[in-house]
Amino acid sequence: MDYIKAFVVGGILCAIGQILIDKTKLTPARILVIYVVSGVVLGTIGVYERIVDFAGAGATVPLTGFGYLLSKGVMEAVSKDGFVGIFTGGMTATAGGITAAILFGYLAALFSKSSEK
Amino acid sequence: MNRIGKQTIVLKNLPKIIQTASVVGQKEQDGKLGGTFDYVIDDGRFGEKSWEKAESKMQKKAVEILLKKADKKNEEIDFIAGGDLLNQCMGTSFGLADFNIPFFGLYGACSTMAESLCIAAMTVDGGYSKNTIAVTSSHFCSSERQFRFPLEYGGQRTPTSQWTVTGSGAALVSDEDGQIAITHITPGKIVDMGIKDANNMGAAMAPAAIDTISTHFKDRNIDKDYYDLVVTGDLGKLGHAITKEQLAKEGLDFKNKYIDCGMEIFDLESQDVHAGGSGCGCCASVFAGHIYSLLKKGEINRVLITATGALMSTTSSFQGESIPGIAHAVAIERV
Amino acid sequence: MKMTKKQYQQYAESKADKSKLWLDMFNAFWIGGLICMIGQFFLNTYMNLNFDKEIAGTLTSITLVFASALLTGLNVYDNIAKKAGAGTLVPITGFANAVVSPAMEFKNEGYVMGVAANIFKIAGPVITYGIIASVLSGIIYLFL
Repeated sequence: MDYIKAFVVGGILCAIGQILIDKTKLTPARILVIYVVSGVVLGTIGVYERIVDFAGAGATVPLTGFGYLLSKGVMEAVSKDGFVGIFTGGMTATAGGITAAILFGYLAALFSKSSEK
Repeated sequence: MNRIGKQTIVLKNLPKIIQTASVVGQKEQDGKLGGTFDYVIDDGRFGEKSWEKAESKMQKKAVEILLKKADKKNEEIDFIAGGDLLNQCMGTSFGLADFNIPFFGLYGACSTMAESLCIAAMTVDGGYSKNTIAVTSSHFCSSERQFRFPLEYGGQRTPTSQWTVTGSGAALVSDEDGQIAITHITPGKIVDMGIKDANNMGAAMAPAAIDTISTHFKDRNIDKDYYDLVVTGDLGKLGHAITKEQLAKEGLDFKNKYIDCGMEIFDLESQDVHAGGSGCGCCASVFAGHIYSLLKKGEINRVLITATGALMSTTSSFQGESIPGIAHAVAIERV
Repeated sequence: MKMTKKQYQQYAESKADKSKLWLDMFNAFWIGGLICMIGQFFLNTYMNLNFDKEIAGTLTSITLVFASALLTGLNVYDNIAKKAGAGTLVPITGFANAVVSPAMEFKNEGYVMGVAANIFKIAGPVITYGIIASVLSGIIYLFL
């Protein structure tokens, strides 16, 4: 059951992104920014938590999930450390994904190159 | 005064295009005009380290083939006029340095083949040169990384987007005897109708093509049936449709005698190129290959080549500016 | 051509081929959904291996980022994306592709000013706005 929920909710989040691609002149980078910021906003007001509880990876894998993680991290850090948590929470919570992207990106650049299309 | 009308130059001494050469990539060879090119690079990097160096080498190869076909040595060429799409025309500068021929570096975006033919024709017609080469190139991969995204980036192309042709074309304009002459040229004006979408260059460039072509016909005071073929450079499906419709409204209904190189070179459906080919190399390779051979065989006697360019830069796009278009027309006739 | 700029833009727009929205949405839906389902598989697997929920989530992200980097390095991610559109853009694999592809592309400009300086060329805005939004979120949380 959790697979179906992940499939449907994740699929819907992607389909919304497709509407933005086809119907607006927004560049991919702007669409991703919109997703992340939406995730932070929905995370802060507590809505995204419920979507995550329902859909699992269907909500955490899309970039809105990345935004949710940022907001969750910052709120937990503020609870624990107070003011300084504002500066440490977001990055700490998302460090795994960002570090992985940098590391594997660098390795890909070392071992591969772009190909003719 | 060797000028008629508003902006058309008459080349009284009829400079001849005595030889052409073209080099393309595999995708172009697989397209509708496969087999009309002189040389096909089977690997996009052409044995080089970077896409830019591959483009330079491709342009160098085109000039080498041209010299060989025309049986000319470097020293017999007085000038070379050329350009490409890369920043500061590096494709051309690095490709042509070794020839030791005085060089006019041109930037006309994808209109560069017509612009270089204009310069070449004027130098020869004016008696300043015996032999001038016009050359240009574009490469899908070098353009993509400069103007759009890294090649491995997963983006989706819009229906109006175009596919940069990997190719180079060169023509030798000479005062020697020959059958194929440049009779008139009409340098175009910059026309900007406010299109901002870099994925819709056809619509951005079409107004310039319409302006230049209709001015050319007015200046020369000729009938719409004068040319056997009216050719635009790389307007693609949408730009072609707009140009065709608008020129017809001005009394220039060419019917199926009007073609666009961007639609000719690729099979739009099966090759997944959306609105068609684009880039300096598009008009250059189609002219140097297919169209020149039609002229040579006498299958057509008069052709108007109108290469079109979108004069934007990555900076102007990011700053939200619209895309100025340009089109230069070159009348080539059997004499 | 007697048209104002505005008229021309409308005219050009009306003649342009349109994206096939429903087909594109369908492809984005099932491919994006599938990526999330694969994410769910890894999440379940890591949780079954007795990692706690948060660690399992991070491991899932790392796994998907690795898979995306691998497919990008093998020159195939963009081929899937051509069809999938937002289906490969919106999941974290799209973020990874946006980091990996410029790193590979700018190799010719060297490992410092090429790879490293361009690695966040596309994905940088996501991090920048994500962090700024999280700071605002933290401030609001602190004072409420």
